[in-house]
Amino acid sequence: MTNHWTDIANANLVLVMGGNAAEAHPCGFKWVTEAKAHNKARLIVVDPRFTRTASVADYYAPIRTGSDIAFMGGLINYLLSTDQIQHEYVRNYTDVSFIVKAGYGFEDGLFSGYDAAKRTYSDKSGWGYEMGEDGFAKVDPTLQDPRCVYQLMKTHYSRYTPEIASMTCGMPQDSMQKIWEEIATCSAPGKTMTILYALGWTQHSIGAQIIRSAAMVQLLLGNVGMPGGGVNALRGHSNIQGLTDLGLLSNSLPGYLTLPGDAEQDYNAYIAKRALKPLRPGQLSYWQNYGKFHVSLMKAWYGANATAENNWGYDWLPKLDIPGYDVLKMFDQMGQGKVNGYMCQGFNPIAALPDKNRVTAALSKLKWLVVMDPLATETSEFWRNVGPYNDVTSANIQTEVIRLPTTCFAEEDGSLVNSSRWLQWHWKGADGPGETRTDVRIMSELYRRLRDRYKAEGGAFAEPLLNLSWPYKIADEPSPEELAKELNGAAVTDVTDATGAVLKAGQQLAGFAQLKDDGSTASGCWIFCGSWTEQGNQMARRDNSDPYGMKQNLGWAWAWPSNRRILYNRASADTQGRPWDPAKRLVWWNGKAWGGTDTPDYKADVPPEAGMNPFIMNPEGVARFFAVDKMAEGPFPEHYEPFETPIGINPLHPNNKQATSNPAGRIFDSVWETLGTAKDYPYAATSYRLTEHFHFWSKHCRLNAIAQPEQFVEIGEVLAKEKGIAAGDRVRVSCKRGFIEAVAVVTKRIRPLQVNNQTVHQVGIPLHWGFTGLTRHGYLTNTLVPFLGDGNTQTPESKSFLVNVEKI
Amino acid sequence: MASQDIIARSATTTPPPSIRQLEEVAKLIDTTKCIGCKACQVACSEWNELRDEVGHNHGTYDNPQDLSAESWTLMRFTEHENEAGNLEWLIRKDGCMHCAEPGCLKACPSPGAIIKHANGIVDFNQDHCIGCGYCITGCPFNIPRISQKDHKAYKCTLCSDRVAVGLEPACVKTCPTGAIVFGSKEDMKTHAAERIVDLKSRGFDQAGLYDPDGVGGTHVMYVLHHADQPSLYAGLPNQPVISPLVGLWKGVTKPLALLAMGAAVLAGFFHYVRVGPNRVEEDEHPSAPDTSVHQVDPAVHVYDPGKPGTPGEERP
Repeated sequence: MTNHWTDIANANLVLVMGGNAAEAHPCGFKWVTEAKAHNKARLIVVDPRFTRTASVADYYAPIRTGSDIAFMGGLINYLLSTDQIQHEYVRNYTDVSFIVKAGYGFEDGLFSGYDAAKRTYSDKSGWGYEMGEDGFAKVDPTLQDPRCVYQLMKTHYSRYTPEIASMTCGMPQDSMQKIWEEIATCSAPGKTMTILYALGWTQHSIGAQIIRSAAMVQLLLGNVGMPGGGVNALRGHSNIQGLTDLGLLSNSLPGYLTLPGDAEQDYNAYIAKRALKPLRPGQLSYWQNYGKFHVSLMKAWYGANATAENNWGYDWLPKLDIPGYDVLKMFDQMGQGKVNGYMCQGFNPIAALPDKNRVTAALSKLKWLVVMDPLATETSEFWRNVGPYNDVTSANIQTEVIRLPTTCFAEEDGSLVNSSRWLQWHWKGADGPGETRTDVRIMSELYRRLRDRYKAEGGAFAEPLLNLSWPYKIADEPSPEELAKELNGAAVTDVTDATGAVLKAGQQLAGFAQLKDDGSTASGCWIFCGSWTEQGNQMARRDNSDPYGMKQNLGWAWAWPSNRRILYNRASADTQGRPWDPAKRLVWWNGKAWGGTDTPDYKADVPPEAGMNPFIMNPEGVARFFAVDKMAEGPFPEHYEPFETPIGINPLHPNNKQATSNPAGRIFDSVWETLGTAKDYPYAATSYRLTEHFHFWSKHCRLNAIAQPEQFVEIGEVLAKEKGIAAGDRVRVSCKRGFIEAVAVVTKRIRPLQVNNQTVHQVGIPLHWGFTGLTRHGYLTNTLVPFLGDGNTQTPESKSFLVNVEKI
Repeated sequence: MASQDIIARSATTTPPPSIRQLEEVAKLIDTTKCIGCKACQVACSEWNELRDEVGHNHGTYDNPQDLSAESWTLMRFTEHENEAGNLEWLIRKDGCMHCAEPGCLKACPSPGAIIKHANGIVDFNQDHCIGCGYCITGCPFNIPRISQKDHKAYKCTLCSDRVAVGLEPACVKTCPTGAIVFGSKEDMKTHAAERIVDLKSRGFDQAGLYDPDGVGGTHVMYVLHHADQPSLYAGLPNQPVISPLVGLWKGVTKPLALLAMGAAVLAGFFHYVRVGPNRVEEDEHPSAPDTSVHQVDPAVHVYDPGKPGTPGEERP
């Protein structure tokens, strides 16, 4: 979230789209209820189904799954063409005036630089700014230059007329118009809309671009950095925010630092490429400090072994030969027999990954599989025949499965990072049962045994293991406190910071401004620096006082970065440093410094007249409508159909087959043959979670099992009538990859939509059942999901695929 | 709660104690804030140590499908198309209403099996319950259920054990959206009035409070978007009244029945004196009476009042 849970109460308008907050985040949803009850906020829900969130909304409109960019593109066109934008904000705090290189172009669904054979944009050289002789990007403050971002954006979205948007989304034009009009009122300074989304946006082959399109809308309305505004991802898993923060992705390092590629053998070049210089005069470009974060990380990992002479152990970092080894890639390799063993920690891939049958085949090729989990997951029993629910021939599977029972979150101390970026310390509620061990204990013992064997027997490239610093009191079980303090970081030698204060060696750092690139500081995750200081564990704070009545609660737990509750909050004030609206005051210039109800996301002593802009992490200093070369499929979000499209063409590019679905989406060659078409599988399906269950965990709890005991699918009344299906009948839902069978819930809440002049029925498929646990056995829903995804995030397209439905 | 707090007792004529002054309490369920998450169902089972069967899906979101001796509250979901043609998903938490004039208490023939506390809570004392099921007939809301295990009647206690020590009921504590609140009945009415102003400003002209006179008012109240049509909410009675059968039982049948019961007790006594205690064998448990009681009122199986008899409801 750019903002945070309690801040939702500051919103004037809440748009829930690409998520079902009441269903999946009922506790956080209380702040929507607050906004409605005490801020007279209105709630609009846009979703393929009339959801539990819609049941308490002021307005609901249906949309075809996977068509959200058409809706947002239409909205951008509406806001620009009717000039309902926050002008001062857009002109000063965004890139609208930047001039784009002449090499950039867009034609019939494809941006410049596309390589059709490789299905990728191999030449992104045009996706950037014209640079001036002074080394800065060229701008045209009048916004008249035809190649400035404003004009290019206007032209790009002029194609998204209400007619095109409506026929693509299947949303009636009058509903669409009504929603757009209401959203446009939030362009008034001080009136804010918050957007709440979740996996309903991310799990598409165009997921990242859907979210960008929402961010663009919020920038046009001046709602980013504002109380009650922002683009807010409601994370789907407790501590999944912490997972990305700590860099548990194959191409990441903690704190959103990145692993070098194969070509980056030179340490200084690696740092220089990431320590971005300002693209405009007077801008902060905070990533200039990249070297300080990186060196402090290496000092935390390798201690005294990381020295200036060995480039802080740079050679010990793996260098990626491909962009990343994400789960789709790993399981594709596994399916090809190229992976011997797999450690599966807190992950249930045959349930969670797309195309269960493909995943099972891949697991069957492993020599060994280690599953670390508190529960008996389906993955740990993928080899067991459970009738139709897991129809495998056990004798043909030679994989050795080792199950290591772990404690669950309630059985250990530690911190969780929630969607608000708050690190909240929690305390153990009970001991784990039986022979459970904490994940830390298991990994530590594994580390020690590997290290001892390398020490005794030697081996290729042992340094990364042997040089690790392991300063914990109990080597086999580092404590949560020790690890938390390490992630925050400490002074390695005596350090004098920018304010002249001296930190003694061994003292905890107060914040990442104290980090150095000379080896005198260590910090395991620079964005967590400040979470455990000399004042103690900041994550354990539970002071909910709210002196300004702005719901920022700076004394409750601790938010990264620097306990800032709302990112880009400098943008909540105008160019003179005054809040856009006194009722929405967040941070302001008091004549000497920035301060207020939140920690300023800005250099605190820079006066407004210096012209430093609010988006300090961007070298431009402003927010980007034009994503330059950061995205796989182009600088502006463009609508592409799901890979399995119910209408067969892209209404925006009906004559260009290459632009039907995402030209740069993630798909392996062997997956094409597993895709079906609307001729055989005519219905657009979407999968989702229910409030009664948490993923595949809570089916192991009796009370959750009682509350939602048996697998079902949701079918609209019109389709059910066509198919002769009554509520309670069992139905088979099939696709080219397999089938599931479940009870039919026949509902008015799913209606047929008119898309591209044809009727499209949608089918809703919740996913919580499987063949272990206390609920009635069910089929793993992801049997139906295609094995492909977004080209930026590699997230599978679990929200849009084609099925057929039959009564059985 | 202490026995001094009991102000009414089933089948009892002695005057109740009256020296303690307890404020009337109420639970307010705001159907317009409810998201149907069922956290209250789970909290109820957790606090009261109840575990129902893992059932089936019958083509709706309602699970368990009905109240039982092990499920004292549950969500009932209704899809309703309003006059403007817009869909509404009305979700109502069902359970005991804790009537000011409880039909169950009036109907109960067993002394002290049903009591009413001065704060308004109506409680069942299972140790006095004879399992006759008359409370079900007496209840205009079709709430009590007879257990198949011990043949006694059960329902929501409004967490009288928690309220007695100053805690809110478990469902109230757990409700994530603040749709269930608890306090003095007067405060709850004030809170409801504020909610109704907000709802009217959002176009629900008929929003209102459900606190029906026919049972003397209730200590569980609803805020409804359509207070003019309570029955939209999965058959919530528009004007609940205690069944005339209860009056009949109280007026004419009761003395006769009491006589018969007395005779039965006497017969039992003589049987005991002459034959000795009954040896209870597992397989001797009668089960027939309870099933008949369960069939007293089938109204509870209706999910969509607009469409009685859809196939999903006919499943066992």
